[in-house]
Amino acid sequence: MAKITYITKEGESMVFEATSGSLMELAVKNKVPGIDGDCGGVCSCATCHVHVAPAYYEKLEAPSEIEADMLEFDDNVNEYSRLCCQIPVSDAVDGITVSVAN
Amino acid sequence: MGVSDFPDAFKETREAKGVCPFNDQDDPVAMLLRFKDVRKSAHDYKSFISEAAPGRIVIPSEVNIRDTRQIPFEVDPPEHTEYRALVEDWFKRPLDSTYEAGLESIILLELEKVLKKGSCEAISELSLPIQSRALTLLLNIPLEEAETWISWGTHVFRSEDSNLDADKASILYDYIDAEIDRVIAQPDDSLYSVLLNSEYQGRKMTKEEVKGVLVLTFAGGRDTIINYLTNTMAYLAEHPEAMDQLRNNPTLVNTAIEELVRYFSPLTHMGRVVAQEKEVCGHEAKKDTRISLCWASANRDEAVFENPNEVVLDRKMNPHVAFGFGTHKCLGATHARQLMKVFLRVFTQKVGKLTVVNAMENIEDWGEHQRKVGFDSLEIELNPIK
Ligand code: FES
Repeated sequence: MAKITYITKEGESMVFEATSGSLMELAVKNKVPGIDGDCGGVCSCATCHVHVAPAYYEKLEAPSEIEADMLEFDDNVNEYSRLCCQIPVSDAVDGITVSVAN
Repeated sequence: MGVSDFPDAFKETREAKGVCPFNDQDDPVAMLLRFKDVRKSAHDYKSFISEAAPGRIVIPSEVNIRDTRQIPFEVDPPEHTEYRALVEDWFKRPLDSTYEAGLESIILLELEKVLKKGSCEAISELSLPIQSRALTLLLNIPLEEAETWISWGTHVFRSEDSNLDADKASILYDYIDAEIDRVIAQPDDSLYSVLLNSEYQGRKMTKEEVKGVLVLTFAGGRDTIINYLTNTMAYLAEHPEAMDQLRNNPTLVNTAIEELVRYFSPLTHMGRVVAQEKEVCGHEAKKDTRISLCWASANRDEAVFENPNEVVLDRKMNPHVAFGFGTHKCLGATHARQLMKVFLRVFTQKVGKLTVVNAMENIEDWGEHQRKVGFDSLEIELNPIK
Protein backbone atom coordinates (compact mmCIF):
# COMPACT_ATOMS: atom_id res chain seq x y z
CA MET A 1 0.00 0.00 0.00
CA ALA A 2 1.47 3.35 -1.05
CA LYS A 3 0.30 6.75 0.07
CA ILE A 4 0.45 9.44 -2.63
CA THR A 5 -0.06 13.18 -2.16
CA TYR A 6 -1.08 15.41 -5.06
CA ILE A 7 -0.81 19.18 -4.71
CA THR A 8 -3.23 20.91 -7.05
CA LYS A 9 -2.61 24.22 -8.83
CA GLU A 10 -4.80 25.85 -6.17
CA GLY A 11 -2.42 24.53 -3.52
CA GLU A 12 -4.81 21.94 -2.14
CA SER A 13 -3.39 18.59 -0.95
CA MET A 14 -5.18 15.42 -2.02
CA VAL A 15 -4.01 12.18 -0.45
CA PHE A 16 -4.85 8.69 -1.75
CA GLU A 17 -3.68 5.14 -1.22
CA ALA A 18 -3.24 2.45 -3.81
CA THR A 19 -1.48 -0.83 -4.45
CA SER A 20 -1.33 -0.94 -8.24
CA GLY A 21 -1.66 1.10 -11.43
CA SER A 22 0.14 4.35 -12.10
CA LEU A 23 0.11 7.73 -10.41
CA MET A 24 -1.88 9.01 -13.39
CA GLU A 25 -4.56 6.33 -13.03
CA LEU A 26 -4.91 7.02 -9.31
CA ALA A 27 -5.23 10.75 -9.97
CA VAL A 28 -7.80 10.31 -12.75
CA LYS A 29 -9.85 7.91 -10.63
CA ASN A 30 -9.96 10.50 -7.87
CA LYS A 31 -10.47 13.45 -10.22
CA VAL A 32 -7.34 15.39 -9.29
CA PRO A 33 -7.76 18.67 -11.21
CA GLY A 34 -5.14 19.20 -13.90
CA ILE A 35 -4.42 15.51 -14.45
CA ASP A 36 -6.61 14.30 -17.29
CA GLY A 37 -4.65 11.30 -18.54
CA ASP A 38 -6.20 11.71 -21.99
CA CYS A 39 -4.11 9.06 -23.76
CA GLY A 40 -4.62 6.49 -21.02
CA GLY A 41 -0.91 6.38 -20.23
CA VAL A 42 0.80 5.67 -23.57
CA CYS A 43 2.94 8.81 -23.37
CA SER A 44 1.30 10.83 -26.12
CA CYS A 45 -0.72 13.57 -24.42
CA ALA A 46 1.31 15.04 -21.52
CA THR A 47 -1.92 15.77 -19.63
CA CYS A 48 -0.42 13.99 -16.61
CA HIS A 49 2.57 16.29 -16.10
CA VAL A 50 3.67 16.71 -12.47
CA HIS A 51 6.63 18.03 -10.51
CA VAL A 52 7.94 15.39 -8.14
CA ALA A 53 9.18 16.46 -4.70
CA PRO A 54 12.99 16.59 -5.03
CA ALA A 55 13.68 13.98 -2.36
CA TYR A 56 11.59 11.47 -4.27
CA TYR A 57 12.64 12.45 -7.76
CA GLU A 58 16.06 10.91 -7.22
CA LYS A 59 14.59 7.65 -5.99
CA LEU A 60 12.55 7.09 -9.14
CA GLU A 61 13.92 5.43 -12.22
CA ALA A 62 14.96 8.06 -14.75
CA PRO A 63 12.41 8.89 -17.46
CA SER A 64 12.66 6.97 -20.73
CA GLU A 65 13.77 8.77 -23.86
CA ILE A 66 10.19 8.94 -25.13
CA GLU A 67 9.00 10.52 -21.89
CA ALA A 68 11.92 12.95 -21.78
CA ASP A 69 11.23 14.04 -25.37
CA MET A 70 7.60 14.59 -24.54
CA LEU A 71 8.50 16.72 -21.52
CA GLU A 72 11.00 18.76 -23.47
CA PHE A 73 8.11 20.43 -25.27
CA ASP A 74 5.63 20.84 -22.45
CA ASP A 75 4.84 24.04 -20.55
CA ASN A 76 6.14 24.60 -17.03
CA VAL A 77 8.88 22.03 -17.30
CA ASN A 78 11.49 21.96 -14.56
CA GLU A 79 14.17 19.52 -13.44
CA TYR A 80 11.61 17.56 -11.39
CA SER A 81 9.09 17.15 -14.19
CA ARG A 82 7.61 13.73 -14.90
CA LEU A 83 4.65 12.29 -16.75
CA CYS A 84 2.96 10.53 -13.87
CA CYS A 85 1.49 7.83 -16.15
CA GLN A 86 5.06 6.56 -16.25
CA ILE A 87 5.37 6.27 -12.45
CA PRO A 88 3.99 2.98 -11.20
CA VAL A 89 2.41 2.77 -7.78
CA SER A 90 4.65 0.62 -5.55
CA ASP A 91 6.16 0.61 -2.10
CA ALA A 92 9.03 2.57 -3.56
CA VAL A 93 6.82 5.64 -3.96
CA ASP A 94 5.07 5.35 -0.60
CA GLY A 95 4.85 8.86 0.87
CA ILE A 96 5.63 10.68 -2.41
CA THR A 97 4.33 14.18 -3.09
CA VAL A 98 3.75 15.44 -6.63
CA SER A 99 2.49 18.84 -7.76
CA VAL A 100 0.25 19.26 -10.79
CA ALA A 101 2.22 21.17 -13.41
CA ASN A 102 -0.43 22.57 -15.76
CA MET B 1 -2.86 -7.12 -48.85
CA GLY B 2 -6.16 -6.82 -47.02
CA VAL B 3 -8.52 -3.87 -47.12
CA SER B 4 -7.46 -2.90 -43.60
CA ASP B 5 -3.82 -2.47 -44.56
CA PHE B 6 -2.90 1.19 -44.68
CA PRO B 7 0.56 1.41 -46.22
CA ASP B 8 3.07 4.06 -45.17
CA ALA B 9 3.01 6.35 -48.21
CA PHE B 10 5.92 8.51 -47.10
CA LYS B 11 8.53 5.95 -46.03
CA GLU B 12 11.08 6.45 -48.79
CA THR B 13 10.94 10.22 -48.91
CA ARG B 14 10.98 10.45 -45.13
CA GLU B 15 14.11 8.35 -44.93
CA ALA B 16 15.92 9.85 -47.90
CA LYS B 17 15.01 13.53 -47.60
CA GLY B 18 12.70 14.19 -44.66
CA VAL B 19 10.98 17.03 -46.52
CA CYS B 20 8.79 16.90 -49.58
CA PRO B 21 7.68 19.82 -51.73
CA PHE B 22 4.04 19.78 -52.69
CA ASN B 23 2.12 22.21 -54.86
CA ASP B 24 -1.20 23.31 -53.44
CA GLN B 25 -3.10 25.71 -55.71
CA ASP B 26 0.05 27.67 -56.50
CA ASP B 27 0.83 28.24 -52.84
CA PRO B 28 3.46 25.55 -52.35
CA VAL B 29 3.98 23.56 -49.17
CA ALA B 30 7.08 21.84 -47.81
CA MET B 31 5.81 18.73 -46.04
CA LEU B 32 7.85 17.72 -43.00
CA LEU B 33 7.89 13.96 -42.69
CA ARG B 34 10.06 13.02 -39.72
CA PHE B 35 8.63 12.65 -36.24
CA LYS B 36 11.15 14.89 -34.51
CA ASP B 37 10.92 17.68 -37.09
CA VAL B 38 7.13 17.54 -36.96
CA ARG B 39 7.01 17.75 -33.17
CA LYS B 40 9.63 20.45 -32.95
CA SER B 41 8.00 22.62 -35.60
CA ALA B 42 4.53 22.11 -34.10
CA HIS B 43 5.93 23.39 -30.82
CA ASP B 44 7.53 26.44 -32.42
CA TYR B 45 4.39 28.50 -32.90
CA LYS B 46 6.39 31.71 -33.16
CA SER B 47 8.24 30.67 -36.32
CA PHE B 48 5.41 28.61 -37.78
CA ILE B 49 2.15 30.38 -37.28
CA SER B 50 -1.49 29.41 -37.52
CA GLU B 51 -2.80 32.98 -37.53
CA ALA B 52 -2.50 33.47 -41.28
CA ALA B 53 -5.26 34.25 -43.78
CA PRO B 54 -8.27 32.11 -42.74
CA GLY B 55 -8.05 28.73 -44.46
CA ARG B 56 -4.42 29.04 -45.51
CA ILE B 57 -2.98 26.57 -43.02
CA VAL B 58 -5.42 23.90 -44.10
CA ILE B 59 -4.20 21.73 -46.96
CA PRO B 60 -5.72 21.82 -49.55
CA SER B 61 -5.98 25.53 -48.73
CA GLU B 62 -9.47 26.88 -48.09
CA VAL B 63 -8.51 30.51 -48.71
CA ASN B 64 -10.79 30.67 -51.73
CA ILE B 65 -13.85 29.27 -50.03
CA ARG B 66 -13.98 30.89 -46.63
CA ASP B 67 -13.02 33.99 -44.72
CA THR B 68 -14.35 33.05 -41.32
CA ARG B 69 -11.41 32.46 -39.00
CA GLN B 70 -11.67 29.14 -37.18
CA ILE B 71 -11.16 29.64 -33.44
CA PRO B 72 -8.98 28.81 -31.54
CA PHE B 73 -7.28 26.88 -34.34
CA GLU B 74 -6.32 29.84 -36.56
CA VAL B 75 -5.12 32.12 -33.76
CA ASP B 76 -1.77 32.03 -31.96
CA PRO B 77 -0.79 32.82 -28.37
CA PRO B 78 -1.38 35.02 -26.47
CA GLU B 79 -4.85 35.44 -28.04
CA HIS B 80 -5.11 31.70 -28.60
CA THR B 81 -4.56 30.99 -24.91
CA GLU B 82 -7.54 33.07 -23.87
CA TYR B 83 -9.84 31.65 -26.54
CA ARG B 84 -8.83 28.11 -25.75
CA ALA B 85 -9.35 28.63 -22.02
CA LEU B 86 -12.93 29.72 -22.76
CA VAL B 87 -13.83 26.41 -24.38
CA GLU B 88 -11.46 23.95 -22.69
CA ASP B 89 -13.82 22.86 -19.90
CA TRP B 90 -16.69 22.44 -22.30
CA PHE B 91 -14.62 20.16 -24.53
CA LYS B 92 -13.70 18.04 -21.51
CA ARG B 93 -17.33 17.17 -20.76
CA PRO B 94 -16.99 13.87 -22.64
CA LEU B 95 -15.16 12.54 -19.56
CA ASP B 96 -18.42 12.71 -17.54
CA SER B 97 -20.17 9.39 -17.10
CA THR B 98 -23.52 10.75 -18.30
CA TYR B 99 -21.88 11.85 -21.54
CA GLU B 100 -20.32 8.43 -21.95
CA ALA B 101 -23.71 6.81 -21.37
CA GLY B 102 -25.19 9.11 -24.02
CA LEU B 103 -22.59 7.97 -26.53
CA GLU B 104 -23.25 4.37 -25.66
CA SER B 105 -26.95 4.60 -26.35
CA ILE B 106 -26.35 6.39 -29.68
CA ILE B 107 -23.95 3.68 -30.83
CA LEU B 108 -26.12 0.84 -29.58
CA LEU B 109 -29.14 2.15 -31.43
CA GLU B 110 -27.31 2.51 -34.74
CA LEU B 111 -25.67 -0.88 -34.38
CA GLU B 112 -28.91 -2.65 -33.58
CA LYS B 113 -30.50 -1.26 -36.75
CA VAL B 114 -27.82 -2.73 -39.01
CA LEU B 115 -27.55 -5.97 -37.04
CA LYS B 116 -31.20 -6.56 -37.82
CA LYS B 117 -30.53 -6.12 -41.51
CA GLY B 118 -27.39 -8.24 -41.45
CA SER B 119 -25.46 -6.01 -43.84
CA CYS B 120 -24.85 -2.36 -44.52
CA GLU B 121 -22.64 0.27 -46.10
CA ALA B 122 -20.58 1.19 -43.08
CA ILE B 123 -20.06 4.89 -43.78
CA SER B 124 -23.60 5.97 -44.58
CA GLU B 125 -25.28 3.57 -42.16
CA LEU B 126 -22.90 3.61 -39.20
CA SER B 127 -19.98 6.05 -39.20
CA LEU B 128 -21.82 9.12 -40.48
CA PRO B 129 -24.94 8.76 -38.32
CA ILE B 130 -22.86 7.91 -35.23
CA GLN B 131 -20.55 10.89 -35.79
CA SER B 132 -23.46 13.26 -36.41
CA ARG B 133 -25.54 12.10 -33.46
CA ALA B 134 -22.52 12.15 -31.16
CA LEU B 135 -21.96 15.77 -32.15
CA THR B 136 -25.33 16.71 -30.64
CA LEU B 137 -23.87 15.69 -27.28
CA LEU B 138 -20.83 17.90 -27.77
CA LEU B 139 -23.02 20.86 -28.72
CA ASN B 140 -25.62 19.93 -26.10
CA ILE B 141 -28.58 20.19 -28.44
CA PRO B 142 -31.48 17.80 -29.26
CA LEU B 143 -30.53 14.55 -30.96
CA GLU B 144 -32.96 15.12 -33.87
CA GLU B 145 -30.79 17.97 -35.14
CA ALA B 146 -28.35 15.37 -36.43
CA GLU B 147 -30.75 14.45 -39.26
CA THR B 148 -29.88 17.71 -41.02
CA TRP B 149 -26.15 17.10 -40.78
CA ILE B 150 -26.47 13.51 -41.95
CA SER B 151 -28.19 14.82 -45.06
CA TRP B 152 -25.05 16.83 -45.91
CA GLY B 153 -23.02 13.66 -46.48
CA THR B 154 -19.50 12.86 -45.33
CA HIS B 155 -17.74 16.10 -46.18
CA VAL B 156 -18.59 19.64 -45.33
CA PHE B 157 -16.28 21.21 -47.89
CA ARG B 158 -15.89 18.39 -50.38
CA SER B 159 -18.24 16.93 -52.93
CA GLU B 160 -17.89 14.02 -55.33
CA ASP B 161 -16.22 16.05 -58.03
CA SER B 162 -14.40 18.75 -56.07
CA ASN B 163 -12.03 18.85 -53.13
CA LEU B 164 -13.20 22.31 -52.27
CA ASP B 165 -16.83 22.97 -52.84
CA ALA B 166 -17.86 26.54 -52.02
CA ASP B 167 -21.57 25.77 -52.35
CA LYS B 168 -21.28 23.02 -49.80
CA ALA B 169 -19.32 25.23 -47.44
CA SER B 170 -22.00 27.90 -47.64
CA ILE B 171 -24.66 25.39 -46.59
CA LEU B 172 -22.76 24.93 -43.34
CA TYR B 173 -22.11 28.65 -42.90
CA ASP B 174 -25.72 29.63 -43.52
CA TYR B 175 -26.85 26.92 -41.15
CA ILE B 176 -24.54 28.11 -38.35
CA ASP B 177 -25.52 31.78 -38.92
CA ALA B 178 -29.18 30.88 -38.61
CA GLU B 179 -28.57 28.80 -35.48
CA ILE B 180 -26.66 31.64 -33.83
CA ASP B 181 -29.53 34.04 -34.53
CA ARG B 182 -32.02 31.53 -33.23
CA VAL B 183 -30.12 31.06 -29.98
CA ILE B 184 -29.69 34.82 -29.54
CA ALA B 185 -33.49 35.12 -29.72
CA GLN B 186 -34.01 32.13 -27.47
CA PRO B 187 -31.03 31.33 -25.25
CA ASP B 188 -30.59 27.70 -24.22
CA ASP B 189 -27.85 25.59 -22.64
CA SER B 190 -26.06 24.69 -25.85
CA LEU B 191 -22.49 25.47 -26.86
CA TYR B 192 -23.91 28.35 -28.95
CA SER B 193 -25.30 30.03 -25.84
CA VAL B 194 -22.20 29.34 -23.78
CA LEU B 195 -20.07 31.02 -26.42
CA LEU B 196 -22.45 33.94 -26.92
CA ASN B 197 -22.23 34.59 -23.19
CA SER B 198 -18.45 34.22 -23.00
CA GLU B 199 -16.18 37.18 -22.57
CA TYR B 200 -13.05 37.57 -24.60
CA GLN B 201 -10.67 40.38 -23.60
CA GLY B 202 -13.34 41.91 -21.40
CA ARG B 203 -16.07 42.02 -24.07
CA LYS B 204 -18.70 39.59 -25.31
CA MET B 205 -17.69 37.22 -28.12
CA THR B 206 -18.90 38.47 -31.49
CA LYS B 207 -21.18 36.45 -33.73
CA GLU B 208 -18.29 35.97 -36.12
CA GLU B 209 -16.09 34.54 -33.35
CA VAL B 210 -18.83 32.20 -32.17
CA LYS B 211 -19.25 31.08 -35.75
CA GLY B 212 -15.50 30.49 -35.96
CA VAL B 213 -15.59 28.06 -33.05
CA LEU B 214 -18.60 26.24 -34.45
CA VAL B 215 -17.25 25.89 -37.97
CA LEU B 216 -14.20 24.26 -36.44
CA THR B 217 -16.33 21.98 -34.28
CA PHE B 218 -18.32 20.84 -37.31
CA ALA B 219 -15.48 20.51 -39.80
CA GLY B 220 -12.65 19.24 -37.60
CA GLY B 221 -14.38 16.20 -36.23
CA ARG B 222 -16.26 15.03 -39.28
CA ASP B 223 -14.31 13.04 -41.87
CA THR B 224 -11.62 12.34 -39.25
CA ILE B 225 -14.02 10.51 -36.95
CA ILE B 226 -15.82 8.93 -39.88
CA ASN B 227 -12.51 7.56 -41.20
CA TYR B 228 -11.49 6.29 -37.79
CA LEU B 229 -14.75 4.39 -37.28
CA THR B 230 -14.88 2.97 -40.78
CA ASN B 231 -11.23 1.94 -40.83
CA THR B 232 -11.64 0.31 -37.44
CA MET B 233 -14.49 -1.80 -38.78
CA ALA B 234 -12.34 -2.88 -41.72
CA TYR B 235 -9.58 -3.81 -39.30
CA LEU B 236 -11.86 -5.81 -37.02
CA ALA B 237 -13.36 -7.64 -39.99
CA GLU B 238 -9.95 -8.83 -41.06
CA HIS B 239 -8.70 -9.52 -37.53
CA PRO B 240 -11.26 -11.68 -35.76
CA GLU B 241 -8.62 -12.47 -33.14
CA ALA B 242 -8.57 -8.78 -32.23
CA MET B 243 -12.35 -8.90 -31.78
CA ASP B 244 -11.90 -11.75 -29.32
CA GLN B 245 -9.07 -10.07 -27.45
CA LEU B 246 -10.96 -6.81 -27.08
CA ARG B 247 -14.09 -8.65 -25.99
CA ASN B 248 -12.30 -10.72 -23.39
CA ASN B 249 -9.99 -8.03 -22.10
CA PRO B 250 -11.85 -4.71 -21.88
CA THR B 251 -8.80 -2.82 -20.59
CA LEU B 252 -7.12 -3.47 -23.94
CA VAL B 253 -9.46 -0.84 -25.38
CA ASN B 254 -7.34 1.94 -23.84
CA THR B 255 -4.19 1.16 -25.76
CA ALA B 256 -6.11 -0.10 -28.80
CA ILE B 257 -7.80 3.23 -29.52
CA GLU B 258 -4.46 5.04 -29.40
CA GLU B 259 -2.80 2.47 -31.62
CA LEU B 260 -5.56 2.52 -34.21
CA VAL B 261 -5.54 6.30 -34.35
CA ARG B 262 -1.75 6.21 -34.80
CA TYR B 263 -1.99 3.63 -37.55
CA PHE B 264 -4.85 5.30 -39.42
CA SER B 265 -3.85 8.93 -38.71
CA PRO B 266 -7.22 10.22 -39.95
CA LEU B 267 -5.83 13.70 -40.56
CA THR B 268 -2.80 13.43 -42.84
CA HIS B 269 -1.26 16.79 -42.10
CA MET B 270 -1.77 20.41 -41.13
CA GLY B 271 0.00 23.47 -42.46
CA ARG B 272 1.69 26.47 -40.90
CA VAL B 273 2.88 29.75 -42.39
CA VAL B 274 6.52 30.71 -41.85
CA ALA B 275 6.77 33.92 -39.81
CA GLN B 276 10.49 33.75 -39.20
CA GLU B 277 12.83 32.20 -41.68
CA LYS B 278 14.14 28.94 -40.37
CA GLU B 279 15.97 25.84 -41.45
CA VAL B 280 14.15 22.57 -40.89
CA CYS B 281 15.68 19.28 -41.93
CA GLY B 282 17.92 21.00 -44.47
CA HIS B 283 15.02 22.98 -45.92
CA GLU B 284 15.19 26.78 -45.86
CA ALA B 285 11.69 27.75 -44.80
CA LYS B 286 11.33 31.23 -46.28
CA LYS B 287 9.12 33.87 -44.74
CA ASP B 288 5.46 33.70 -45.82
CA THR B 289 5.82 30.28 -47.42
CA ARG B 290 4.11 27.23 -45.96
CA ILE B 291 5.28 24.08 -44.28
CA SER B 292 3.12 21.17 -43.25
CA LEU B 293 3.34 18.88 -40.26
CA CYS B 294 2.70 15.42 -41.63
CA TRP B 295 1.18 13.54 -38.70
CA ALA B 296 0.62 10.44 -40.82
CA SER B 297 4.27 10.17 -41.75
CA ALA B 298 5.54 11.00 -38.24
CA ASN B 299 3.34 8.25 -36.86
CA ARG B 300 5.18 5.64 -38.95
CA ASP B 301 8.69 6.90 -38.20
CA GLU B 302 10.90 3.91 -37.44
CA ALA B 303 13.19 6.08 -35.36
CA VAL B 304 10.41 6.27 -32.77
CA PHE B 305 8.03 3.34 -33.25
CA GLU B 306 9.00 -0.29 -33.26
CA ASN B 307 7.27 -2.15 -36.09
CA PRO B 308 5.51 1.04 -37.15
CA ASN B 309 3.50 -0.64 -39.90
CA GLU B 310 1.94 -3.18 -37.60
CA VAL B 311 -1.09 -2.66 -35.43
CA VAL B 312 0.01 -3.63 -31.92
CA LEU B 313 -3.14 -3.29 -29.85
CA ASP B 314 -1.31 -3.28 -26.53
CA ARG B 315 1.47 -0.88 -27.56
CA LYS B 316 2.62 0.58 -24.24
CA MET B 317 4.69 3.54 -25.37
CA ASN B 318 2.90 5.29 -28.19
CA PRO B 319 3.83 8.97 -28.46
CA HIS B 320 1.79 9.39 -31.66
CA VAL B 321 0.80 12.79 -33.02
CA ALA B 322 -2.49 11.77 -34.61
CA PHE B 323 -4.24 14.53 -32.62
CA GLY B 324 -1.51 17.03 -33.47
CA PHE B 325 1.00 18.33 -31.00
CA GLY B 326 1.70 21.46 -28.96
CA THR B 327 -0.44 24.55 -28.52
CA HIS B 328 -2.84 23.62 -31.29
CA LYS B 329 -3.35 19.96 -30.44
CA CYS B 330 -6.86 18.81 -31.21
CA LEU B 331 -9.50 20.44 -29.03
CA GLY B 332 -11.95 17.63 -29.79
CA ALA B 333 -9.56 14.85 -28.81
CA THR B 334 -11.37 14.09 -25.54
CA HIS B 335 -14.66 13.68 -27.38
CA ALA B 336 -13.02 11.64 -30.14
CA ARG B 337 -11.27 9.33 -27.68
CA GLN B 338 -14.41 8.75 -25.65
CA LEU B 339 -16.34 7.99 -28.83
CA MET B 340 -13.65 5.57 -30.03
CA LYS B 341 -13.55 3.85 -26.66
CA VAL B 342 -17.30 3.36 -26.42
CA PHE B 343 -17.49 2.32 -30.07
CA LEU B 344 -14.85 -0.39 -29.69
CA ARG B 345 -16.44 -1.65 -26.50
CA VAL B 346 -20.01 -1.75 -27.82
CA PHE B 347 -19.03 -3.08 -31.23
CA THR B 348 -16.99 -5.99 -29.92
CA GLN B 349 -19.66 -6.87 -27.36
CA LYS B 350 -22.49 -6.91 -29.90
CA VAL B 351 -21.02 -8.05 -33.19
CA GLY B 352 -20.00 -11.66 -33.73
CA LYS B 353 -19.00 -12.38 -37.29
CA LEU B 354 -18.00 -9.46 -39.46
CA THR B 355 -16.99 -9.57 -43.13
CA VAL B 356 -16.09 -6.99 -45.75
CA VAL B 357 -18.09 -7.57 -48.90
CA ASN B 358 -16.87 -4.68 -50.98
CA ALA B 359 -14.52 -1.76 -50.39
CA MET B 360 -13.72 1.39 -52.32
CA GLU B 361 -10.56 3.02 -51.03
CA ASN B 362 -10.16 6.73 -50.56
CA ILE B 363 -6.71 7.66 -51.78
CA GLU B 364 -5.29 11.15 -51.25
CA ASP B 365 -2.81 12.69 -53.64
CA TRP B 366 0.09 14.56 -52.08
CA GLY B 367 2.42 15.27 -54.98
CA GLU B 368 4.39 12.12 -55.62
CA HIS B 369 2.69 10.35 -52.70
CA GLN B 370 -0.58 8.51 -52.75
CA ARG B 371 -1.96 7.95 -49.30
CA LYS B 372 -4.86 5.74 -48.32
CA VAL B 373 -6.77 7.58 -45.63
CA GLY B 374 -10.01 5.63 -45.52
CA PHE B 375 -12.83 4.44 -47.74
CA ASP B 376 -15.36 5.98 -50.07
CA SER B 377 -17.57 3.03 -49.29
CA LEU B 378 -17.29 -0.11 -47.22
CA GLU B 379 -19.95 -2.76 -47.48
CA ILE B 380 -19.98 -5.16 -44.58
CA GLU B 381 -21.95 -8.15 -43.39
CA LEU B 382 -22.38 -8.52 -39.68
CA ASN B 383 -24.11 -10.89 -37.30
CA PRO B 384 -24.94 -10.37 -33.67
CA ILE B 385 -23.34 -12.44 -30.95
CA LYS B 386 -25.82 -15.17 -30.20
S1 FES C 1 -1.52 10.06 -19.69
FE1 FES C 1 -0.97 10.73 -21.65
S2 FES C 1 1.12 11.07 -21.42
FE2 FES C 1 0.58 10.41 -19.46
